[in-house]
Amino acid sequence: MKDIACKLLVIGAGPGGYVCAIRAGQLGIDTVIVEMAKAGGTCLNVGCIPSKAIIHAADEYAAAAGMAAGRNAMGIHVAEPGIDFARTVGWKDGITGRLSLGVVNLLKKAGVKALVGRARFRDGKTVEVETETGLQVVRCENVVIATGSAPVELPVLPFGGRVISSTEALSLPDIPKSLAVVGAGYIGLELGTAFAKLGSKVTVVEAQERILPLYDAALTQQVAKRLAALGVDVLLNARVTGLSADGGALLVETPKGDERIAADRILVTVGRRPVTEGWGREELELDMEGRFIRIDGQCRTSMRGIYAIGDVTGEPMLAHRAMAQGEMVAEIIAGRRRNWEKVAIPAVCFTDPEIVSVGLSPEEARRAGYEVKTGQFPFAANGRAMTLVSEDGFVRVVARADNHLVLGIQAVGAGVSELSAAFALAIEMGARLEDIAGTIHAHPTQSEGFVEASLKALGHALHI
Amino acid sequence: MAIQSIKLPDVGEGVAEAELVEWHVNVGDMVREDMVLAAVMTGKATVEIPSPVEGEVVWRGGEVGDVIATGTVILKIRTAGEGGDEEAEEPARQERPAVEDKPAAAAPAERPVLPQQPEPPPPAAAPSGVPSGGPPRAPGERPLASPAVRLRAKDAGVDLRQLWGSGPAGRITHDDLDAFLQQGSDAPARGGLQPNKAITEIKVVGLRRRIAERMALSKSRIPHITYVEEVDITALEELRARLNADQKPGRPKLTILPFLMRSIVKAVADQPMVNSLYDDEAGIVRQYGGVHVGIAAQTPAGLVVPVVKHVEARDLFDCAKELLRLSDAARNGTAQREELTGSTITISSLGAMGGIVSTPVINHPEVAVIGVNKIAVRPQWDGTQFVPRKMMNLSSSFDHRVIDGWDAATFIQRLKVLLEAPAMIFVEG
Repeated sequence: MKDIACKLLVIGAGPGGYVCAIRAGQLGIDTVIVEMAKAGGTCLNVGCIPSKAIIHAADEYAAAAGMAAGRNAMGIHVAEPGIDFARTVGWKDGITGRLSLGVVNLLKKAGVKALVGRARFRDGKTVEVETETGLQVVRCENVVIATGSAPVELPVLPFGGRVISSTEALSLPDIPKSLAVVGAGYIGLELGTAFAKLGSKVTVVEAQERILPLYDAALTQQVAKRLAALGVDVLLNARVTGLSADGGALLVETPKGDERIAADRILVTVGRRPVTEGWGREELELDMEGRFIRIDGQCRTSMRGIYAIGDVTGEPMLAHRAMAQGEMVAEIIAGRRRNWEKVAIPAVCFTDPEIVSVGLSPEEARRAGYEVKTGQFPFAANGRAMTLVSEDGFVRVVARADNHLVLGIQAVGAGVSELSAAFALAIEMGARLEDIAGTIHAHPTQSEGFVEASLKALGHALHI
Repeated sequence: MAIQSIKLPDVGEGVAEAELVEWHVNVGDMVREDMVLAAVMTGKATVEIPSPVEGEVVWRGGEVGDVIATGTVILKIRTAGEGGDEEAEEPARQERPAVEDKPAAAAPAERPVLPQQPEPPPPAAAPSGVPSGGPPRAPGERPLASPAVRLRAKDAGVDLRQLWGSGPAGRITHDDLDAFLQQGSDAPARGGLQPNKAITEIKVVGLRRRIAERMALSKSRIPHITYVEEVDITALEELRARLNADQKPGRPKLTILPFLMRSIVKAVADQPMVNSLYDDEAGIVRQYGGVHVGIAAQTPAGLVVPVVKHVEARDLFDCAKELLRLSDAARNGTAQREELTGSTITISSLGAMGGIVSTPVINHPEVAVIGVNKIAVRPQWDGTQFVPRKMMNLSSSFDHRVIDGWDAATFIQRLKVLLEAPAMIFVEG
């Protein structure tokens, strides 16, 4: 097969890789992208998107179940609801399929050549791709490594049989009667909550002393409360020792003693690891930073002409970070002056209720040496939240005490993920509390919580 | 708690207004009784305003450079005791200049009339008052700018850390970037000579402003006629050296100026018109019997003119002593208002820096100014040969509206005769 020569080769068509390739194509760069699975990567096929589909289905089902059980505040009642989970999964697959195809089309439209197969570096300028039709050699001036991440396996609980990762959890043939979730990070809790709503008996096992250890307690408290209401058992400070001899139960050490958790499925969500093997890293001289590839402010690795973006470069492993990096790298390769200078990367947990965090938490801001002012406004005082029967949660604003520059915004509550746009914009634009306080927020919306939290920090909230 | 208003006191006879030249306190400062609050300038004298009370400064009226009428409230101090002129119902936070006092003043005064009623704080204001410009960035702190500004800066190759942000909280705006780009765009490559595009704005306040106004007045009103004559001061210098060698306690060292002052007294006797003040609006020349000689003196703040009064009644050493005292006072800024006003004729001398010719500006409403140029040894023809003589030029200006060239020349020629034969200065009658 004839060698391909190009200016840019992108390895991995996840959100980082495909955005990089599209942008490069737009900028007229001769670009090739290689993907061994489906375009869209983890995010689109086995991550963000399908999990949100399952979560939404679970929410709908749980709402109907609540109505059937006479627990609906609005007075709606229905007959016993049912769910055809195979169809649910089919619907979900339809969405991911459409989106994946969409990515393929976007790449095509941008003039990017897409190869399907496993890429492997021969040297810093040459990559071999094992395609269905044979070995394709690509010679390129620049390479972007966007190989992403994969679920971490526990040595005592190797994946297989009942032990599944998030990928399998999104395509189960049926709803497990009982589900043990190992790891109370956002992936485990999102999926655990969804299955609890779908009727599974869910037990969450977490090694640390609280759920969602990366978020502060004020935020996670709301989630813990909801988990309890959903009948999810949460075992904290618990260590998994393995499976029972018959494989039907999870063995856990807790401060109160050993426990045996019977489970049809055991979902292991103890984090994700960067994919740094299997693509010929050993042929290169890349400096590493822990498990990750070391990059600089322009996503350059220690080798000239080789860039890395996304999960393979470190935390936070978020699709939107990878996309922003991909876009930037494409522009750098096009000769533009670019540097990573984002102020904040928003983080969202699609738990129940949802959590949004942008910028610094009060504690982080204090640790960074700022004297801070905070303002918190509860959704219990928000009219729109009441009409949505979701009064749990709040919006919190963290600002510098001296000049009122907003350093961080957090919220927990139903649907607050959509507020992340306003939060991120405020921080990226360098808003002060007065800027938010001086912006009219539409009534009645939950976004009023944002302006009220800012007013609260200024000392004169109106609705509390 | 009570609020005490501090008014601009009457700082001198007939002075209706004064220029605020310095604040010694800020809002929020605690002041003790007699602590200096502010300095104002009238004429050329600076007057310090002490605090009559102890308390916290809660309001300042006016900025440095403002001309304030006597009796205007310039400061409010919150005191602990009762009996202030204003009950402290709430913290006074307003920061507007005291210009909206008309309604309050017109209202029947149940309580003492205030220049400004305390207003409720504006709703969005932070209790501490948020600085609009924000503090300058701490070292290492990232510059604050919107993504669009950051992108433009990147494209232009500008490191935003070099910029100062004019926006809220020190945010760098598009305008700040524009200004920076404008400044940097036509700068040559590194190395070599760099054009310095810096423009420093210096507010013309205080003494400088007074000088500017006085000079503009003199030059716009007075048609100057300048007359230059050279004077052989060899004999005068010999005499001066002798007198200075003959040190006696209480006798200051003599410069050329006391001789000149005494010569002026003599010359004025023949040409009394030059020792006058011309009230050009009234159309009256006031010819003075007494000769009050102003001596232009350079001080760190600028030019001041201390005045030796009644030179006709002072001998040589008295003139020297008074001159020394006044110029020290002027340089130290301790000269009283009366010591800086009231001259009838002025001497302008730059000593060794005097040059060969100058065109001195008449100190309005005077009609004459005598400029002293530097002393230099120059060859003079004595009829048979060139001899070295100590020569000095006098460059003098006269108000041509009231002094004609002939009179001016006569006056200077008389001075020349006196200075060239200094014994004549001391001959009475």
